[in-house]
Amino acid sequence: MNLSREEVLRIATLCRLYLSEDELERLREQLSDILENFEILQQVDTSDVPPTAYPIPLENVVREDEIAPSFTRDDILANAPRQEEGYFRVLPVLE
Amino acid sequence: MDCETIIGLEVHSQLLTKSKMFCRCGADYINAAPNARVCPVCLGMPGVLPVINQQALEYAVMTALSLNCAIPDYAKFDRKNYPYPDLMKGYQISQYDAPFGINGWIDIEVADEENGGEQNKRKRKINITRVHLEEDTAKLMHRSTAEGESYSLVDVNRAGSPLMEIVSEPDLRSPEEARQYLIKLRTILQFLGVSSGNMEEGSFRCDANISIRVAGSTDSVKVEVKNMNSFKSVFSALKYEDKRQRKAIEAGDRLVQETRGWIEDRGVTVSQRSKEYAHDYRYFPEPDLPPMAFSRQWVADLRSRLPELPEARRDRYVIDYGLSHYDASLLTASKATADFFEACMELNKEARAERRAKVVSNWLLGEFTRLLNATDTEIDNTNVTPKLLVDMLELVDNGTLGGTAAKTVFEEMFESGRCASDIIAERELAQISDTSEIAGVVDRVIASNGQAVEDYKKGREQSLQFLVGQVMRETKGRADYIVVNELIKERLVT
Repeated sequence: MNLSREEVLRIATLCRLYLSEDELERLREQLSDILENFEILQQVDTSDVPPTAYPIPLENVVREDEIAPSFTRDDILANAPRQEEGYFRVLPVLE
Repeated sequence: MDCETIIGLEVHSQLLTKSKMFCRCGADYINAAPNARVCPVCLGMPGVLPVINQQALEYAVMTALSLNCAIPDYAKFDRKNYPYPDLMKGYQISQYDAPFGINGWIDIEVADEENGGEQNKRKRKINITRVHLEEDTAKLMHRSTAEGESYSLVDVNRAGSPLMEIVSEPDLRSPEEARQYLIKLRTILQFLGVSSGNMEEGSFRCDANISIRVAGSTDSVKVEVKNMNSFKSVFSALKYEDKRQRKAIEAGDRLVQETRGWIEDRGVTVSQRSKEYAHDYRYFPEPDLPPMAFSRQWVADLRSRLPELPEARRDRYVIDYGLSHYDASLLTASKATADFFEACMELNKEARAERRAKVVSNWLLGEFTRLLNATDTEIDNTNVTPKLLVDMLELVDNGTLGGTAAKTVFEEMFESGRCASDIIAERELAQISDTSEIAGVVDRVIASNGQAVEDYKKGREQSLQFLVGQVMRETKGRADYIVVNELIKERLVT
């Protein structure tokens, strides 16, 4: 399967990635290769196999509704490039 | 043109758990300083492992059961990917194709405007598509500097709080039906004790899809309406949108599928021009959370632990206390009101239940509701306790307090929280039991209102009411209304 340039650009937009012309072409080829491999897998008849959402045989892993101390605000904000009055400061987002 | 309004609602309700959905940070973010309820799980740091809060899970399944949903044998969480700074991870843990409850329904009652109004309600069955759990998002605040640079601030406290989504089928046919559905849904959640149901605080939110179907046509244009922060604004926004779309159709204009925001102070919806590309959430199974398998035994246990729901309580009030369906519905429209009513009945087990129930119900739905509305207060947040109300009603019963003066006493009680006997003593509101004392006042009133007396004798019934009113006023409402009536009639006949 051959991905188009437009499809790669759309994926990049969804991922918030900027791609140069070289990167765009290289990724287009690599992603196409990956899809081709999946096309081979898709030839297997799986009509009788239930989809596997989780590879490890585990179910119903839950915890009691109990509170544990949160991190201190200093620790929480430690990695933030910008902060203000105890908040993360980010680029403007207006819907 | 023959048109039909089609509405479906999507409700998000926070759950009353102690901790968040997937970590042990406190869910009490409302009173916390910014970013004081945050841990690496909330931030989506690499290597962290979310674990499902069992209480949130049980609340969601209890809700699904109460909404007559089927509980599947198997459920799982999925990642919903979208880049927005209110999601620290770049995705929201939600549920896509295997939710906790499917194919439910509730009955609502809607006043039939053309046929009896409030007293004659139509029953409508509203189907519920699904009930699922997800995590709430962070809060964003938009700021700008003096130089005009704008930016946003992020408080992550709310992110990761359990959020339950309840989606209805497009079965609602009017803004009023939508309002009744919302009220009913909130009441059920409150009776279950899973949600505060507070819309103003954002713990109970509603988005709506509304379209107009022209008779004989199959395609209609669906508009999503957001930003409605109260029951009233849901009703007003849908009413506005209903009218706007009908007008456009009448005029032959083309409607577009879009998201519109309700602007409360302007009373309009406006288009929210979203991104050019359609949302592509790329859902996939959440690899950090093993799926859920529900045994029938577990579901049956949860079902047996469900508390009595509003409809069951309403029917019990009708059967046990002989209340009208209408009054019983009003009493059970809010859990706090129903609980207050029952607390009053508990205090009065010897008294004849039916009569007492009617009296308590009248006070709750009459005077009490009037004062609550006038002061914008909730019933569980007032000075009046069931004990105070019941003690006052006993004083009315044994003749110490007259019906008119009782209203004055209640008003004072509502304001100060003092007991009826104190208020009666201080303001001298005890009923006059001495008939001769009342007779004296009656004679005075008759003597000084010659015109009214004449009118009454000529057959004007209202004049009697006027004279009774004068006596009640002279006695500050302390005279027995019926005695006054009889005394005046007696004197005017002879």
